Amino acid sequence: MTDFESQDVDLIIIGGGPAGLAAAISARKNGVQDLIIIERNSWLGGILPQCIHDGFGLEIFQKPLTGPEYAQIYIEQLKKLKIPYMLNSMVLEITPEKRVFVANPKGLLCFNSKAIILAMGCRERTRGQICIPGTRPAGVYTAGVAQNLINLKNVMVGKDIVILGSGDVGMIMARRLTLEGARVHAVVEILPHTNGLPRNIQQCLIDYEIPLLLSHTVTEIQGANRVKSICISPVKDNLEPIKGKEQRITCDTLLLSIGLIPENDISKPCGVELSSNTGGAIVKENLETSVQGVFACGNVLHVHDVVDFVTLEAERAGKGASEYILGKQRKVERIQVKAGNGIRYVLPHYIPKGTDLELSLRVVNPGEDTTIGFFDGKKLVVTKKFRKVHPAQMIKIELQKNETRTTNALKVEVLQK
Amino acid sequence: MKKEIICIGCPLGCPLTINHNQTTIQEINGNRCSLGLQYAEKELFNPERTLTTTVKVRNGHLPLVSVRTSKPIPKKRVFNTMNLLATVEVEAPIRIGEKIIPKLFDTKASVIATKNIFKKERI
Repeated sequence: MTDFESQDVDLIIIGGGPAGLAAAISARKNGVQDLIIIERNSWLGGILPQCIHDGFGLEIFQKPLTGPEYAQIYIEQLKKLKIPYMLNSMVLEITPEKRVFVANPKGLLCFNSKAIILAMGCRERTRGQICIPGTRPAGVYTAGVAQNLINLKNVMVGKDIVILGSGDVGMIMARRLTLEGARVHAVVEILPHTNGLPRNIQQCLIDYEIPLLLSHTVTEIQGANRVKSICISPVKDNLEPIKGKEQRITCDTLLLSIGLIPENDISKPCGVELSSNTGGAIVKENLETSVQGVFACGNVLHVHDVVDFVTLEAERAGKGASEYILGKQRKVERIQVKAGNGIRYVLPHYIPKGTDLELSLRVVNPGEDTTIGFFDGKKLVVTKKFRKVHPAQMIKIELQKNETRTTNALKVEVLQK
Repeated sequence: MKKEIICIGCPLGCPLTINHNQTTIQEINGNRCSLGLQYAEKELFNPERTLTTTVKVRNGHLPLVSVRTSKPIPKKRVFNTMNLLATVEVEAPIRIGEKIIPKLFDTKASVIATKNIFKKERI
């Protein structure tokens, strides 16, 4: 793909969801005039239009908004700033030289850009990824697909439902389906704790008396044309089902809420180095990836639990890209930040030595009165205390200048009591 | 009486431990802000929820418009409201914030659209 008539543009933002919108607005406000958003769907806002429940915007606007309302605020800002966007357009390839190939109903297009912001979001894990045994009948959906059908297309997915996985979308769908007249027999979670926000356990499950079965999983799907029943079983500490303890639930639908994967298919071929812990790019504090001038933010970088944090991160990516384009990037000495014991991941992966800065991290296990320590080699630099930590809740920690002045990599660990 | 609930005031979801009698809260622990106390008082004596759902649309670019109650409504009114909204159909276009039901039962809430719906283009 080299002999294309191509168009020059300073900044390309791939994805028009919450991350792409905020990144574009921030880049423009920081002085980038020539930019465009490329969006594969026929609308802006990404997943938000189908997230009709409230609770978005509490961090930024201090009030609970629904998904469509939250998206509309940024869509209006985008239009006010006259930032161009292209819908129904799919990025096929990004090259390390920052050429971007796009397919849309008009054909194939090519852009030569100075910088790129990756804001493609994430996709849901499916039945295939966790290998549930059984037949392959209709009636097995990912929670997000069911949400799309019910909230946007007016299609009901079933009457008797079991939900596997206690992620937020799963719990929110348990409530939604109950409100729409279905019976949700159980939310089944393989881990001994839920994977979503505590408030959703209360307002989505407890409110509607939907049973939550922890340390259980689905061991078989039964049915020829349509799901007839499923088998669930308690699991051992190593998460393997306990033989002989299976229980059959008659149902017509199984929803899967079993995790999200950053959608980085086009990042890899361009040379963006990915982290095996997050599934997203390895980034510096300005959210620049291992490829100069390519930035990442939102769920394509790491899966967030709160959209407000996506927006705030995307604003930093927009600023980072603008500094790169306008030649304002400063040369700084950086140290690596590493996840140690009890920490699933920490971002950004590289930070400037001796600056005030905010880290985002997730713990491996839930805990109470937890202390997180930052080490320079073996020396403990600083500790931060938390009354409660949970893998489903991203933790943000602010570090001061003197705490990031280490000689070695800064290692983050959950301290043993 | 002692009761443990999870605050739904924000995504932090503080675990609240409350000591209360029939009408008042005597002691509350676990809340990180004043929302916790407000929520606990409501939750124990007059639980309320903001209801979000959808309403059928005629001639819109989507067959449904997402809606919410303008303020939290009594929890016991949730299913009544769902039944009422199942009978409602609105004509596109609809503006975000537009009232779909001006006054909901005996509550002070209305039902408002949370999304713009355009008129379907004729092909």
